[in-house]
Amino acid sequence: MSTATRPAPNGARAAATRPPRDSRPRVRRRVGSILTGLAALVVFVASVFPVYWMVNTSFQPNAQVRGSEIHFWPDNGTLDNYANVILGDTRAPFGPALANSLAVSLITVSVALVFAFLAALAVTRFRFRSRAGFIIAILIVQMIPAEAMIISIFRLVDGWHLLNTVLGLSAVYIATVLPFTIWTLRGFVNGVPADLEEAAMIDGLSRAGAFWRITFPLLAPGLVATGIFGFIQAWNEFVFALVLNPRPEAMTLPVWLRTFLDPNGGINWAELMAASTLVAIPVVVFFLLVQRRMTGGLVAGAVKG
Amino acid sequence: MSTASSRLTPAVLPVDGDGALMPPGVTQPSRRSRFVRAGGFTPYALLTPALLALLVITAWPLLQLVIMSFQEYGRAQVFGAAPEFVGLNNYVAILTDPEFWGVLGRSVIFAAVCVVATMVLGTLVALLLDRLGGIVRTFVSVGLLLAWAMPPLSATIVWGWIFDTQYGVLNHILTDWFGLDFEGHSWLIDPLSFFFVAAIIIVWGAVPFVAFTVYAGLTQVPGEVLEAAQLDGAGAVKRFFLVVVPYIKPILVIVTILQVIWDLRVFTQIYALQSIGGLAEQTNTLGVYIYRVSLGSGDFGVGGAISIVLVVMLVAVSIFYVRQTVKEDSL
Repeated sequence: MSTATRPAPNGARAAATRPPRDSRPRVRRRVGSILTGLAALVVFVASVFPVYWMVNTSFQPNAQVRGSEIHFWPDNGTLDNYANVILGDTRAPFGPALANSLAVSLITVSVALVFAFLAALAVTRFRFRSRAGFIIAILIVQMIPAEAMIISIFRLVDGWHLLNTVLGLSAVYIATVLPFTIWTLRGFVNGVPADLEEAAMIDGLSRAGAFWRITFPLLAPGLVATGIFGFIQAWNEFVFALVLNPRPEAMTLPVWLRTFLDPNGGINWAELMAASTLVAIPVVVFFLLVQRRMTGGLVAGAVKG
Repeated sequence: MSTASSRLTPAVLPVDGDGALMPPGVTQPSRRSRFVRAGGFTPYALLTPALLALLVITAWPLLQLVIMSFQEYGRAQVFGAAPEFVGLNNYVAILTDPEFWGVLGRSVIFAAVCVVATMVLGTLVALLLDRLGGIVRTFVSVGLLLAWAMPPLSATIVWGWIFDTQYGVLNHILTDWFGLDFEGHSWLIDPLSFFFVAAIIIVWGAVPFVAFTVYAGLTQVPGEVLEAAQLDGAGAVKRFFLVVVPYIKPILVIVTILQVIWDLRVFTQIYALQSIGGLAEQTNTLGVYIYRVSLGSGDFGVGGAISIVLVVMLVAVSIFYVRQTVKEDSL
């Protein structure tokens, strides 16, 4: 590990000012950096191993997976698991589940972004009565657990005759991601000083024109990041999807993934890992794209599966 | 990606534009600009779509839930019979039901264990990130990001595979490498062991978030203060508790509250793990219990009462969160 030869800044600072009673500072320092390197290795392996193991298993024949030997590398690599999972007709079909997940997530994100954007404008660019009250309500609403609401949401959607439809699930997801989206967009809009718009208005633009020509372009990256985060939320959501869209042709990917868990019939782990990988890929990619921008908002926004 | 972790900002501040969330090249907004004004009817018009959505799909069902928790509401009512008000009967029923108390106690203890483990490990990893050099830190950060990005359901299933009784890699390793007798050992059949596995899954998924957030806070602790403490003879442990912790306390408080909320309402991991091989009756937590009582047994009234208990608990915890957030962030 490179830390062994290059001590971290803290270590260097510590060594420079260490009291003289320490007779062998060099040895101690080296031991310290080796320990740090080891700890780093442990954290890395612990974080990555399950993800690696999922992908590794997904490329192995099921017979080999059920063998008495551990294969740490997909020798005899095969794409059969993926083919079976995508094309197989024994379980709920993959195609419709993928289409449902995409449709629900995209509808959720587009509608939630528009609604949240307007609301964020209201609370950042205007002073009005009950403004602070609205923001606090948003913070509290996002803490109400979906798990507690499943019964009444089920009845609501049932009453609309929208069970097992993309529309019904999307409507519920829109309300679920709205508070977080509003809160995060509010942060982004606050980051663009109103003075910029003001200056543009002095130069002859209308208020709306100043907003669209000056502020909106500056907000675009924030909108994209917030949108992707909402997408991930909708893509990963499990409880509502399980309750509202249980029919095979109406399932989203997480519920589809669950159909592989049949404790009575025995689990085909190789195929299950291929299926898990398929569900995880878009999320991981999107997540790596936006995490830098979103970490701060996460704390304030309190979003997690 | 190399700057991924160093660009993270102190968790509590940024939302109002003190750094990370601000588009590049834009300076601090002047808050009470003349431009920001009352605007008459406009702000209410802008709020209407969001408010309508939240009223119809959050406030209304919540109200229904409260009402239902005071009603006899079973399968007959689902098919059209008029629900009957039964006062506090549903609440009496759950409060005198030992199973409910078992589920509640289990949920609270489990959440407590997960929160403590997540916070301690997350803070340790943050301290580690702070000590690491550039390249190694990037590697570790990317690893943590992968764990963080895994969808909870996929993560649970993968861990279920690792812990699998017959073919799981863990039993293989424990048996073949360490000579322990773990061949065919079931990790999920014993409730305590089940929750041990569940805790690993949850902590594994939550540590990256805590680590990055606390690490962002650590980078804000001024080096001079630490050096001064060191010159005064404070050891590493003392420096951490007496100097660093006070600086990052707001972050630690908010993150801890969020973990409490998330871990109390846990559903996906427990539910999926039960599908892989746990005994549901002995491993239900509040979220899963609500699901089983209402949608499994069809007792919506009692399920509603349990839901209200969970909502009240979480909103009570949220109030701390809201207070802390509002303190950090001028509305």
